[in-house]
Amino acid sequence: MSEQKIDVTGETCPVPLVEARKALKKASPGDVIEITGSHPASKKEIPMAVEALGLELVDVKEKDGVWTITIRK
Amino acid sequence: MADKTTIIVHSGDMDKVYSALIIGNGALSMGMEASLYFTFWGLERLKKDGLEKGPLSKMNMGGLGKKMIESRMEKANVASLERLIQDYKELGGKIIACEMTMEIMGVEKDEMRQDLIDEYGAVGTYIQEARDSKITLFI
Repeated sequence: MSEQKIDVTGETCPVPLVEARKALKKASPGDVIEITGSHPASKKEIPMAVEALGLELVDVKEKDGVWTITIRK
Repeated sequence: MADKTTIIVHSGDMDKVYSALIIGNGALSMGMEASLYFTFWGLERLKKDGLEKGPLSKMNMGGLGKKMIESRMEKANVASLERLIQDYKELGGKIIACEMTMEIMGVEKDEMRQDLIDEYGAVGTYIQEARDSKITLFI
């Protein structure tokens, strides 16, 4: 099991969502992906995608407009 | 089988090709399958060096308007069409090129981006894709 961090700060639609999906596609079951960004809509939409994919949303944090979403595959 | 999105890309306008690729990528990212069926003016964008060449659908002003929008998009850090289409392929998106359009426009396969195209088809291919799709759009 590995942990991977992705930084999409400053990126806009649809890049944060797409980068999250690309990382999840490459990950193995049990792997943890931590994605950090600043695009406001993605903070809601990445968790929606996690649910649609049937994966585990571990945590969503936000500070000063920068959010971090943690997902377990 | 996963839910599917099928989009007809009829327009070759830059802003509309953006819409098609953003929606396609969004569908794939949210766990759906996706197919883009390029026909008529949309097909022009699958020619070699053609992807970024589309005019704006409005206020193109001989390319001036497009330049202005492009500089604003760069400031907003919007991904290029090439990056979006590469991401689309990486996430398993399918690209279908309309054979009849190729015949009408006199385009040969070797003039096309064969690195992107999965299949050459006609209306039956689209219907077959669309009948299994939860979302289908004509752009």
